[in-house]
Amino acid sequence: MQKITSEMLIEKATELLTNGTVSTVLGWKKGECDYDVSPAEFKSVEEVKNEFIYNDFSAANLSKYLIKRTEKVHGQALVFLNPEKKILVFLKPCDTYSFNQLLTEHRLDRESVYAVGVQCDGMIDIEKVKKIAGDGILSVDCSGEDIIVKTLYNDDMTIAKADVLAERCVNCKSKKHVAYDELLGETGEVIDSNRFDEVEKLEKMTADERFAFWQNELSKCIRCNACRDACPACTCEKCVFDNPKSGVENKSPANSFEEKLFHIIRAYHVAGRCTDCGECSRVCPQNIPLHLLNRKFIKDMNEFYGDYQAGAEVGSRAPLVNYTTSDIEPGEVFDRGDEDA
Amino acid sequence: MQMNEYKPLIVAFCCNWCSYAGADLAGNNRLNYPAEVKIIRVPCSCRVNPMFILRAFQRGADGVIICGCHPGDCHYTSGNYYTRRRMAALFSMLDYLGIEKERTRVEWVSAAEGAKFAATMNDFVEKVAALGENKRLEDLRCKR
Repeated sequence: MQKITSEMLIEKATELLTNGTVSTVLGWKKGECDYDVSPAEFKSVEEVKNEFIYNDFSAANLSKYLIKRTEKVHGQALVFLNPEKKILVFLKPCDTYSFNQLLTEHRLDRESVYAVGVQCDGMIDIEKVKKIAGDGILSVDCSGEDIIVKTLYNDDMTIAKADVLAERCVNCKSKKHVAYDELLGETGEVIDSNRFDEVEKLEKMTADERFAFWQNELSKCIRCNACRDACPACTCEKCVFDNPKSGVENKSPANSFEEKLFHIIRAYHVAGRCTDCGECSRVCPQNIPLHLLNRKFIKDMNEFYGDYQAGAEVGSRAPLVNYTTSDIEPGEVFDRGDEDA
Repeated sequence: MQMNEYKPLIVAFCCNWCSYAGADLAGNNRLNYPAEVKIIRVPCSCRVNPMFILRAFQRGADGVIICGCHPGDCHYTSGNYYTRRRMAALFSMLDYLGIEKERTRVEWVSAAEGAKFAATMNDFVEKVAALGENKRLEDLRCKR
């Protein structure tokens, strides 16, 4: 399988900008270090040539950035766009699920987006690299098979990519692009992954152990709201957490109740719509395993109401906005747990 | 009776059309159910936002029960079907976070089931009382 490089994406973006198909490019921009790649908007070929980067740290899911940029006000012209031209977005396989989910929820205007699917070989978690290579990372070269890390104390340390893959990529659920106008590289298949293993492990614990686990994890929360801001499913224009009267507005949690309330509600609000892209856990500065909350909901709903992957199809109905007359009773849910234990 | 005997605080969300009338019937028939049960009338069980439940726990409830019409009998045709899905997901999540599962319950009580209402409440209060105070989902600032 061919490795996708920055140059291929830059070439594609340049081509589309020059021939007038698109007026804006959504992609990733170099940061100060090799590993702090951030999402960015490019308006010209020069910007793309100077700043665009695609490497194993281009993990950000860009689909959410399309919302504001394709917004129509009272059906009128697009605010940020030349209506004749489109906006180019690069989407990795898991980003395409979010993209589809946003289309399902009518949050995007498909006509004004030119989506280029990018083959993904898994993204690297810099925290894992730091654990192996130590502090003082000067550069990370991920152009080859293995990654080569240079630190203040070590020259050219070679680390196998498999050892530093982000959690969500270790348990990758799909290499298949479910939406694109054009592909760079290859599209893969849906993978039968082990992503629910961690959830199952927690379910097997006693209630006391689970409580201790979550108390420990959630008390790290500093309420930066990064998980909400990065989540492609959290797209409400008015958020309950911005309402000062809700009692859970933007402030550091006063006690253990508040942090639990925030995380339950955050996960619940995206239940059934979460595509499991893993952005919440990636952006968490405290490394709280937030995906375990989302996956619990996904696992439950798969078990109760049949397998459902949010975003796999445009227009599919999420489990929580649907019902059958013979659904499982909430009491039976607990009985099921007893059988497992 | 001891002065400091522990009495749980139970919040019961009852739908206007079935369970609230069921509670009324229980009263009319002089059926006893514990006074610790505080009933909140809602137009339909699906009116209950999951936030309400967490909020009840925050303000000191030891158990929360949601009562609605039997599936298929909803006054608004399908409200309680949604309740069923929402609460199955929410309660499973609370259990996952280590909150005792006996503290939450959904029960279908029709307007003709005064006896069932009283029996359900007696049973629920007994189970919650056995668990003791709600410590895992409490807000110390809201303690009386």
